[in-house]
Amino acid sequence: MTWTTVQIALAEQNYVASNDLSVALHLALALERPLLLEGAAGVGKTEVARTLSLARNTKLIRLQCYEGLDASQAIYEWNYQRQLLTIRSAAEDGETGKAVEDRIFSRDFLLERPLLEAITQDTPPVLLIDEIDRADEEFEAYLLEVLSDYQVSIPELGTIEATSKPIVILTSNGTRDLSDALRRRCLYAYVDYPDRTTELAILKSRCPQVDDTLARQVIGFVQKLRQEELEKTPGVAEMLDFAAALMGLGIADLTENPAVLQSTLITLLKTQSDQAHLTMDVAARIAGKAA
Amino acid sequence: MSRVTRFSSRDSGASARMVGFMAHLRENGLRLGVAEADISLNALTHVNAARPDDCRSVLRAICTGCKEEAERFDDLFDSYWMDSGRVKQRVIAKSLPRLNDDVHSSKDGTGEDSGASGSATAPDEGEGEADSDGTGKLIATQKQNLKRRDLRDIVRAEEIAEAEAVARLIGTSLRDRRSRRRIAARKGDRLHFRKTIRRSLSTGGEPLTLLKRKRPDRTRKIVALCDVSGSMSIYAQVFLAFLAGLMRAEKDADAYLFHTRLVRITEALRDKDAMRAIGRLSLMADGFGGGSKIGPSLQRFADTYAKRFVDGRSVVLIFSDGYDTEPPEHIAAALAQLKKRNCKIIWLNPLKGWRDYEPVAGGMAAALPHLDLFAPANTLADLAALETELGAL
Repeated sequence: MTWTTVQIALAEQNYVASNDLSVALHLALALERPLLLEGAAGVGKTEVARTLSLARNTKLIRLQCYEGLDASQAIYEWNYQRQLLTIRSAAEDGETGKAVEDRIFSRDFLLERPLLEAITQDTPPVLLIDEIDRADEEFEAYLLEVLSDYQVSIPELGTIEATSKPIVILTSNGTRDLSDALRRRCLYAYVDYPDRTTELAILKSRCPQVDDTLARQVIGFVQKLRQEELEKTPGVAEMLDFAAALMGLGIADLTENPAVLQSTLITLLKTQSDQAHLTMDVAARIAGKAA
Repeated sequence: MSRVTRFSSRDSGASARMVGFMAHLRENGLRLGVAEADISLNALTHVNAARPDDCRSVLRAICTGCKEEAERFDDLFDSYWMDSGRVKQRVIAKSLPRLNDDVHSSKDGTGEDSGASGSATAPDEGEGEADSDGTGKLIATQKQNLKRRDLRDIVRAEEIAEAEAVARLIGTSLRDRRSRRRIAARKGDRLHFRKTIRRSLSTGGEPLTLLKRKRPDRTRKIVALCDVSGSMSIYAQVFLAFLAGLMRAEKDADAYLFHTRLVRITEALRDKDAMRAIGRLSLMADGFGGGSKIGPSLQRFADTYAKRFVDGRSVVLIFSDGYDTEPPEHIAAALAQLKKRNCKIIWLNPLKGWRDYEPVAGGMAAALPHLDLFAPANTLADLAALETELGAL
């Protein structure tokens, strides 16, 4: 297997991956190391993981990180309510303490959270740890332990070894600097906004029904728009929304009606100041250049 | 077009070259351990190693760890593998400053000691046009001071130690009560189920003692921006010492200098040796004591670093007198943008301590509406006195 097979497999699932990204994915699979993807919001980092799980026909297990995420949300938690009930009913049945303890700290009472779930699958799943930079540094440390040994220690139950090594993909928007320890453990790929040809291929692959002229105009417009000074640069997802909006409105040429173009910009510009900045004239000018 | 490097015939094979490449990368500031060479060789067996582009992608995925490194990697790769024999060329003169020294490699990743070099800094000759002699020349200068000054002449080691104590004090007064994690505590607002159930086992399953958990206090991140333009140079001593102390006291703190440009000095100040840190700083702070472009510098900060390092838990400290050569609207716009990141902005102005001072300088007046606190600060004692006011924020 070479990296082109990965690229082709992703392309079959309508994901156009750059060469660098394909090589990185191929290595992540071959070397069984986690892959850290960084890049601006909306360049398709999360989508890589989803597509990879489709292409390999495995389960996608997703852990969305947020501030304050801790072990009980990410790895495992005991089902406390059930434990409490069991203890009460056991007391009425006259069960001994030791037996009760063994029972309530068994796998039946364990709530598996994404990380534990990912290492206890029969076939290697794709484990997506999304927006790792939102979690705090304490969580990074937990994660390192899981990613290096692929095992989870539960004090009451012992160590749970991985039955299969998941394919781990981490994404980051760069809102916080990740620790060096985590970066070292991972392969790294920076996902940039796609160039004109790649983005055209993405649009063609996702919306095959869009006609050639409009597709070229849309890509030209979005590429030009990214060079403007915007608070939030539109990503690939926004571009697809934009194309879908234009098609839904039955527009065949971007330059033909500035007012309609302006109204579809809500799919691309997501802050008030960006919308104010891109007046109808400016939009029409960019569309004219793009055509 | 570059060609593949021809290695000498005495070269002992692929692994030696790979080790050489790792050394080359380390020399250029990438932090790599011993394991990377091994992984790289292993990884190359998974692709067609005879194709330079494949090798490039593979090595990029393994050896780089952030965007900046990934961007520089092409040049580094070319200079080693595609340079037709000219091996080990230094690609970028500035070495990437690093946060800590704990590369898990026995080899020292830096290979250089900027603090000890000293050759690039000229001792202060005191002839910079903007150098204030304390007689109150308070006009922002437009001239960019290109002379380098060795900041070690200005800041003394004892001051840093003193400043460290002040910085610690300020750090403790800035507590934020918004951690989302909960930890076990004697008094808390939520039940700590895990502990409660464990404890209840001893009472036959009857949870007699309810254990609680609460949100712990959390420190705020301090981001300090220090104006070192000509009009500020007599105060620079205090603030630089404070910055150096701050870096040593708070592990999350972040520091920048600006005059006509903005320079991030966090890594330099983290040096274990305080004086060496200041030495490294002088290498980065060329232009010290020159003109001031507060607005553009703040704007640049808001556009770049702030997006990564400033969030709702940050307190941005700005040390400046507000004398700007650029229009004041720049300052207002930059601060407004910074404020959107939900941080607190504190402006410490040495002139405010003067009797009858009014913030009439255009820049200062423009900044006022965006500030959470506008306070005087001339000496370390003044900074220490801020403790209570900061605590009230």
